Amino acid sequence: MSEKVLYALTGLFETPDQIIDAAEKTSDGGYKKYDVNTPYPLHGMNQAMKLPPSKLGYAALVFGLSGTVSALALMYWMAVIDYAHVIGGKPYFPLPAFVPVMFEVTVLSAAIATVFTMLFVVFKFPNNSHPLHDTGYMKSVSRDKYGICILAEDEKFDENGTLKFLEELGATNITHQYFTEDSYATWWSVLDKKFAGILAVTAIATSLVVYIGLNKVLYMQPFSWMMEQEKLNPQKGSVLFADGFSMRNPVQGTIARGDLPYEYAVDPEGASKLVNPLPITEANLQLGKVKYDIYCSPCHGFLGEGDSRLRGQFPNPPSLHSEKVRDWTDGRIYHVIAMGQNVMPSYSSQLSRNEKWATILYVRALQRSLNAKESDLQ
Amino acid sequence: MNSTHHSLDYIRKDLPVNFKKIGLILSVVGLILVIAAYYSDPVRSAFNNLVFLMLLTSIGLGAMFLVAIEYIGGAVWSTPFRRIAEFLAAVLILVPIAAIPVYLNLHDLYHWTHTDVVAADKILSSKSPYLNESFMLIRIALFMAIWLIFYKIITGNSKKQDESKDQNLTTKNIKISAIFMPFFALTITFAAIDWMMSLEPHWFSTIYGVYYFSGTVLAGLAAVTFLAVYLNEKGLLVKGLKSDNYYSLGALLFAFTNFWAYIAFSQYMLIWYANLPEETFWYLARWGGNWKFVTLGLLVVHFIVPYFGLLSQPSKMDPKRLKFMSLWILFAHLYDIYWLVMPTFSKESFVFGWIEAGFLSLAVGVILLIFNYKASRENVVAIGDPKLIRGINFRL
Repeated sequence: MSEKVLYALTGLFETPDQIIDAAEKTSDGGYKKYDVNTPYPLHGMNQAMKLPPSKLGYAALVFGLSGTVSALALMYWMAVIDYAHVIGGKPYFPLPAFVPVMFEVTVLSAAIATVFTMLFVVFKFPNNSHPLHDTGYMKSVSRDKYGICILAEDEKFDENGTLKFLEELGATNITHQYFTEDSYATWWSVLDKKFAGILAVTAIATSLVVYIGLNKVLYMQPFSWMMEQEKLNPQKGSVLFADGFSMRNPVQGTIARGDLPYEYAVDPEGASKLVNPLPITEANLQLGKVKYDIYCSPCHGFLGEGDSRLRGQFPNPPSLHSEKVRDWTDGRIYHVIAMGQNVMPSYSSQLSRNEKWATILYVRALQRSLNAKESDLQ
Repeated sequence: MNSTHHSLDYIRKDLPVNFKKIGLILSVVGLILVIAAYYSDPVRSAFNNLVFLMLLTSIGLGAMFLVAIEYIGGAVWSTPFRRIAEFLAAVLILVPIAAIPVYLNLHDLYHWTHTDVVAADKILSSKSPYLNESFMLIRIALFMAIWLIFYKIITGNSKKQDESKDQNLTTKNIKISAIFMPFFALTITFAAIDWMMSLEPHWFSTIYGVYYFSGTVLAGLAAVTFLAVYLNEKGLLVKGLKSDNYYSLGALLFAFTNFWAYIAFSQYMLIWYANLPEETFWYLARWGGNWKFVTLGLLVVHFIVPYFGLLSQPSKMDPKRLKFMSLWILFAHLYDIYWLVMPTFSKESFVFGWIEAGFLSLAVGVILLIFNYKASRENVVAIGDPKLIRGINFRL
């Protein structure tokens, strides 16, 4: 511990007018290193103390603008370079849609960065304490008095002269403040045991209270507006039916309209005898192409060569141009679509009966494109 | 303390002779041009008359709004300037007069006043319970009556206070201002819809009233700011006003510049995003031909210039900057109204000629004249206001 030295002279005033007057005279008197402490901000104090305009605005400007630019750059990179996607029929770079985001990010980064600038640059965090705060002077000025504090390090400071100066200003309770130097010129005060301990206890206690309060005691589901509905959901229990299921089996002996049960589920050979009921028309081929492009092409490729964009990520899908598939009957292909094969799942829930047959027509057309029959050349 | 005044230092003086002279010259020249314009091109004149009407309404109603909101908020800083806003609110008296030629030319201005057109148009006929001539006349007459009644009461109380120094008048005005607010909100919204939005009766924008409101407050504020700085420089206001007293005027101008941009952009972005033909055609009309440049110019004139002109704190207090920016913002508001109204008249390209200049000259002239008229009869400062001394001593 070093020796206590004179840090400052402090004096108190009774009214805002007096303190503004005192601040004006102190700055006129040539003092530079002094501060005024009041219970609330006083209009006109800046001028009385002849303070230069705050530079904090520049921090806000710089950080705000960098927020704007980074928001724009981020969205540009995402929407134009990395994942160009037509959204809502707008151009890849829809500036008006970006403006709200740019605006919000500007405000957010300016606000947060200004607070942090103030904290670290102006308030000198992590130095979070000052012995002046523990004096009777600070107690008075945070209650109902207006105080002035002239630092001993000021060039014009002179213990007796400044004392006289404060007396002439009409200050009361003029106090010599003696502090050791390491009590205020530190940054590690934030690590002070008492401070850090209370901070940790507060953080843990708050987290526990919030966690227990909101998860155990008073659980509130967030955003449940449309999730809870008075209806039966699949896979959910129900008290309405005796068996406790919400899902019902179809009535015995009935089938859905336009649907026929597939009889050859375990009998591919039997399925081979099925004959494509659709005539080869432009409309059927078109339907087949649409369905093929949607459901088959992701694996088999648009031309059926098994060279799709998913190649390499799964066991490679087979080409549809192999002799085996070419020699299959329509019914045999139908069986694969209906029941799936190896890693290929059933497509019955995606493709209706007619759509399957139309898809087969299109597959046949694809096959003929590579392996034309002689009759095609005529 | 030398910076604080404990007693009032105000001597009533007339405005400079030039003020009246310029007002007179502009009015007379404007009136001659306007009459000539009605003879040479009645349709174009009617549209210009509408712009003229909206400009007067903006300044009068904007000033009225400032008076009321300052009463409600208990504003101290504004008391030295409040009478300026009260005088400007007197422009409302001219609004019914400026509206007469508009009513005489309803058929040239508003598509929906033609009953045969409305009958053939399903959308217009379903809007006709609201959009019809007689209802519009009743509505607008009602709006003007409301504005004038509140104007009379509030400024009347304020004037009485000069003599009586009665604090209860302030309390009374606070209450009346609070009652005025909902009326103000509704009347300005529907006035904007009736007078301007219905120029394109198929088009609709739910934010239109707010859009016009933002411009109105800007116009009122800008006029008050200019006159406050001007009169103070001429020594016609109380002694002891410093640039600190201007700060809130500059800050409000800056705030409402942003507010206008926010509203204007909201309206644009939603319509652009939804991309519905029944809404987009209004913007497309302002993008065709060389209207495109007017539209882009609006962004620069109404937002970018005032934004950067008033961004820094010192610029919000600098009398020179404030005078320039307030005139600029008044011009921007005129530009805005022109942009709202004129594309209906001239679809291919914007027009500016002696007709437009005539109406502008008349508008500036009559505003100056009515201000001079009020200032020659009443105190330019509300000397009876109990908050005045605190207002003069206001420091940042």
